[in-house]
Amino acid sequence: MISLTHYLVLSAILFTIGLSGVLMRKNVIIILLSIELMLTAVNLNFIAFSHYMKNPVGQVFVFFVMTVAAAETALGLAIVVALFRNIETVNVDEINQLKG
Amino acid sequence: MGLHDIMFYYFASVIVITALLAVSRPNPVYAVVFLIPCFFHVAGIFVLLQAEFLAVVQILVPAGALMVLYLFVVFLFNLSEIKGMKSTHRQSVLAGIVALIMFILLAVLAVRGIFPGPFQELVESTAVENTVAVGGALYTRFLFPFELASLVLLVVMFGAMVLARREGKE
Repeated sequence: MISLTHYLVLSAILFTIGLSGVLMRKNVIIILLSIELMLTAVNLNFIAFSHYMKNPVGQVFVFFVMTVAAAETALGLAIVVALFRNIETVNVDEINQLKG
Repeated sequence: MGLHDIMFYYFASVIVITALLAVSRPNPVYAVVFLIPCFFHVAGIFVLLQAEFLAVVQILVPAGALMVLYLFVVFLFNLSEIKGMKSTHRQSVLAGIVALIMFILLAVLAVRGIFPGPFQELVESTAVENTVAVGGALYTRFLFPFELASLVLLVVMFGAMVLARREGKE
């Protein structure tokens, strides 16, 4: 029988994959994708709790998280586009213009 | 093992495998393409949890609109053609250890944690259809945040247009 714990562990695995993607990769696009994965893990947690506590408010929060995720993606990709036009790189190690 | 269990393990294994492939591919095009089945199967998990409305939204917004946006940016700027760039950071080992500690903490919390049971006074609200319940909460108790979300999207639309605008005349 699948319990709440199964969903929480799946969500933890997904979150860890996203976290390691953010910390390990150099490409800005893949870092944004990994943030997307982490947000999906959070949504999974919200919906699992919403289901097991029989409370639809958790699903309303997922709705807002998805809105913010869409906003984050749009702005992040706009920044990547501006970055690539100006310094022709997507490598986070080469983006050090503010370094003194 | 019932059908529900089999479906859960199928969805979970596909999610984990595609997510791992997505973050480990050097080419961002493959990463985006692997994330699309991942999000579809997350929508399947949502259906198992009786959140049908959000399952449809999950397919339409993250798996549909956002992945198309990523693909457009990757194709437009030919970002996959970066040669001589190591795809992983030199802090990888440390990052892996941090991620592993994070996972162990989350797993211990999930397995050992004691969660309160269903709140009795709210049980009858989920007796109605899922979409009706979510819509009811969204348009009554959470009306102001809902309107605020539309404002956030408007600001983001203008912000993205200004950020990605080409400077000068050419």
